Amino acid sequence: MYTIGIDIGSVASKAVTFDGEKVTSKIILPTGWSPKETGEKLLKILLEEKMIAREQVKTIIGTGYGRGSLSFIDKKVTEITCHGVGAYFLDPEVRTVIDIGGQDSKVIKLDCKGNVIDFLMNDKCAAGTGRFLQVMANSLEIDISDLSEVAQGDAPQKINSMCTVFAESEVVSLMAEGASKESIAAGLLQSVANRTYSLAGKVQVENKVYFSGGVSKNSLLKEYLGKKLGVEIYSSDMAQFIGAIGAAVIGYK
Amino acid sequence: MRPVLMEKVEELRGINSVKIKEASEAGQKVVGMYCVFSPQEIALAAGAIPVTLCGTKQEPIEDAEKELPRNLCPLIKSSYGFAITDKCPYFYFSDVLLAETTCDGKKKMYELMGKIKPMHVMNLPQTADGEQALAYWKDEVVRFKSFLEDKLGVEITEEKLRDAVKLANRERRALKKLHQLNAHKPAPLTGMDMMLAQWLKGFNVDKKAGIKLIEDLIIEIEERMLEGKYAFDESAPRILLTGVPIGSGSEKVLKILEEVGASVVALENCTGYKGLDVMVEEEKEPILAIAEKYLSTPCSCMSNNNRRLDLINRLAKEYQVDAVVDLTWQACHTYNIESFTVKKYVKDQLNLPFLQIETDYSDSDIGQIKVRVEAFLESFFETAK
Repeated sequence: MYTIGIDIGSVASKAVTFDGEKVTSKIILPTGWSPKETGEKLLKILLEEKMIAREQVKTIIGTGYGRGSLSFIDKKVTEITCHGVGAYFLDPEVRTVIDIGGQDSKVIKLDCKGNVIDFLMNDKCAAGTGRFLQVMANSLEIDISDLSEVAQGDAPQKINSMCTVFAESEVVSLMAEGASKESIAAGLLQSVANRTYSLAGKVQVENKVYFSGGVSKNSLLKEYLGKKLGVEIYSSDMAQFIGAIGAAVIGYK
Repeated sequence: MRPVLMEKVEELRGINSVKIKEASEAGQKVVGMYCVFSPQEIALAAGAIPVTLCGTKQEPIEDAEKELPRNLCPLIKSSYGFAITDKCPYFYFSDVLLAETTCDGKKKMYELMGKIKPMHVMNLPQTADGEQALAYWKDEVVRFKSFLEDKLGVEITEEKLRDAVKLANRERRALKKLHQLNAHKPAPLTGMDMMLAQWLKGFNVDKKAGIKLIEDLIIEIEERMLEGKYAFDESAPRILLTGVPIGSGSEKVLKILEEVGASVVALENCTGYKGLDVMVEEEKEPILAIAEKYLSTPCSCMSNNNRRLDLINRLAKEYQVDAVVDLTWQACHTYNIESFTVKKYVKDQLNLPFLQIETDYSDSDIGQIKVRVEAFLESFFETAK
């Protein structure tokens, strides 16, 4: 018997199957313009490719900003709760989850049983999110997945603007002044780390800290953030899936 | 199911905007006010109609921003926007305005608004504690009295003041009793309806009729309670909403809270219970009694404001509250800073879950607020999961 967790994010949609003990399969797709269709597609792929009969699925839980558009789910749960449950499932020593996704950044605190005891989210603004990095990578004409590697090449240039729109003009000015692409890329990552630091500072960050969401794939940002917070930050190849994992685990309860 | 009389309460909106026109045209004087610190008894004793002025809608903000900075609290921008665009009938028919120096933003905005209509500004002390503060504020009440006597050409006698105190107390008692009905578990009235009933009273042109309506509403609700009719199930998480004032147009967070299944049972804010907690002492010399009552308002503009913590504590117990939500407007320094103190107090002293939401009047962050509120309920209440 399986449960399925589907996390429809603003950029990427994730889905996993869970057998009560472990995650048995996972897939990720770009969300695109229709969260509804993407959700249906995710389900179809999971069932067909992994050869699972619909009857074998006990519950389907939806989460993420697009959870409301899924008609086939049994229940929806917010991404805050799912990320908490997912991170705790992967590592029961986790007490703080820092998640930076396409349009949200959030800090979630857990107690020793994995219950959410406090959380904070960014304001209605792209500052410090994946969207910020996407826009900036575009103006540097590099792929967002290369940002970390490019940024290794030089010391960070100071980026003062937190606002995505203003930061973009600042980046254009810096390029005009002849600052290297590497230093600007590093500066942008530093700026997101600083922004996350001030968000995380509002709740007391407790070890172990787990970094999740699409932006957690950026190794240099993880390093900057760890330095800034003065803690070791953990992540894993499952980091983008913890919302979906949390949803699937909740479905099994 | 909603109490039938709530429809009558809602109709007040239309009725009052017509009544204010009629009253003004019949020669009645109108005193427009903004704040819970405004002593309406003085206006009543002057034979005038005290009304609350509009300031809870997003619509006029864009006009206000032509003259005011964008990063200012929405309440100040909305109030000013209504005034300069003449979209608030109560502002239009006001003969004089009463303003108060509650915060820096309002104080400076009033300098601009004072150019549109005759305005009296009451200077609030920075603290509510001590003899000096009270003496100062009492002088301010006397100054407002003289202003009205002069502007409206009337004499405000002690007898008239005593009558006004009695009338305003009667209104407060009725509204307080209405609010206290929601101390029952489960609550008989939604927080949305409670907010409407409490907020609309400010626009009542015929005060006695307004009081009567609230008293009838209380009777109807009490009857419904005997029949076991409530607004929520017993399992709904009971929320105390504190923070900034809200009214029709700025009820976003209250609405979301109840849409996702919480029962907002106590409105600690100044459009709710804050101004109803303390009555004006009827036996005392009226000016002193009025000054004492208004100065005791636990507003974040006072330093310190421990009275607010005390009020939250009392309401949390009386209303069997499960969690506290603190709503603050963007750029409202006093409430935003105080939120940290309230958070610590609620979590450490009351051992209750606490959530602060900082927003403005616009709809742009409804999705995000919903996630926050839902996650908050999921974290603390099994029933919400």
